[in-house]
Amino acid sequence: MPRTRLFVLFITALTLLLAVLLAQGIRQAANPSFSQRAEKKALVATLGLTDLSIWSEARYTRHPSQADLFTPFQDYPGAFDHFPAGSIIAPGQPKPQTTLSFKQRGEQ
Amino acid sequence: MARRLNILEHALSSLLRRKQKNLAIIVVYTLTVATIASVLFLTQSLRSEAVNVLAAAPDIVVQRLAAGRHDLIPIADAEQIRRMPGVGKVEPRVWGYYYDSLKKVNFTLMGVKDSPTNLPLLQGTFPANNEQCTLGKGIAEAYGVTIGDSLVLVDSSNSSKLYQVSGLFIADSELLTNDLILLQEAELRRFFKLPDGRATDLAVEVYNQREVATLAKKIKLALPDSRPIGKTEILHTYDTVFNWRSGIMLTLFASALIAFCILAWDKATGISADEKREIGILKAIGWDTNDVLLLKFWEGLAISLTAFLLGAIIAYLHVFFYGAGLLAPVLQGWSVLFPQFNLTPAIDLYQLFVLALLTIVPYIACTIVPAWKTAVTDPDSVMRS
Repeated sequence: MPRTRLFVLFITALTLLLAVLLAQGIRQAANPSFSQRAEKKALVATLGLTDLSIWSEARYTRHPSQADLFTPFQDYPGAFDHFPAGSIIAPGQPKPQTTLSFKQRGEQ
Repeated sequence: MARRLNILEHALSSLLRRKQKNLAIIVVYTLTVATIASVLFLTQSLRSEAVNVLAAAPDIVVQRLAAGRHDLIPIADAEQIRRMPGVGKVEPRVWGYYYDSLKKVNFTLMGVKDSPTNLPLLQGTFPANNEQCTLGKGIAEAYGVTIGDSLVLVDSSNSSKLYQVSGLFIADSELLTNDLILLQEAELRRFFKLPDGRATDLAVEVYNQREVATLAKKIKLALPDSRPIGKTEILHTYDTVFNWRSGIMLTLFASALIAFCILAWDKATGISADEKREIGILKAIGWDTNDVLLLKFWEGLAISLTAFLLGAIIAYLHVFFYGAGLLAPVLQGWSVLFPQFNLTPAIDLYQLFVLALLTIVPYIACTIVPAWKTAVTDPDSVMRS
């Protein structure tokens, strides 16, 4: 059964390769000198950084966690965003407590 | 066991007889799995990086809102916050944005007061005086500057100011400092014409992390025009941004899934005349329905397992060895300065297992079901049709 043997060998080789890659990834994640998490955290703490420097196109994409709640919708609520990155960032902040209230006619 | 292996041998021969068609299926299937797995690997790693690194962010950032917009906050408010029980240091932060119309680049300018020694991920030093600056790697590369060179910025009075580059953040910090320019705080105030006694926001240290939400409420109560942003909100933002269910990641994910569904649907609804005749012949020479189904199971498994393993390997190499080069333009948007993704792998075996389950099982089912329909039909009528 030459084809079966070849197929089993091929699948085993692929599985082993994937396992080696995943094991290497897990080892790298656990290795402080590779991930440099401590150094990055020290940098964040020293500079007081709040956001990742990924999208520098607009202030609310550069600092999504610090942006005004309405900035992505500057034209009107629900407006399409000007910046492509805005479509990646889903609104994630909890709604602030409202101070708005209405009273019906005659209500005290 | 020998019987099953014989059927597997026959299944492989059958696949090789139609090698062009099956190769095309494997290529499409592999690309689909590679796309979905790349999205999963990339989002998982970015989220893990953000959550781990930003855990050192200020516990609370207090902004001031004026007429519904972010405004400068009086530094005197810091003292009021500092007096609250449970609050440690309250540091005014001075920072802002600078747009360079030549390269159409936005920078983040940040003021620093002290020059910490032995700061990691920094080559050179912090700005020691008003004539110096420290740059992120993205800016240094965009303008081709290095330590000792000068950077010219135009301040709020429209005067050019020359800053000598005293330090550069190295590539490993790119995800945090790519577009960052550090200046002395006093110089940054002059540059932006910021009034003394005001800061962009206040970074508040809280001793007990469980008190952050309570203190944020207290700050809001004491300073009604303020907007306290807790660290959990910062982390939640990035958790949402890099969640595979949000935004463009979902679009990519959904497109790949739909492509896979079309592939599976085509497989499920269209069994070729050759395949039908083959099943009819097998039945006529004495194979029973179970054998035919086992044959089709092996065929489906051989294709789907090969495509899944190849797709997962390609996705891993793409994201962690080649910096997600094909996904980065999708993420980049209009950002001119975009960091290279040198990511620390964050592997979620559960996600990989679910991906395997979602791609291998439906494909095998789609291979078996039409074959079963043919296999239970009279062999003579199958061959004649």
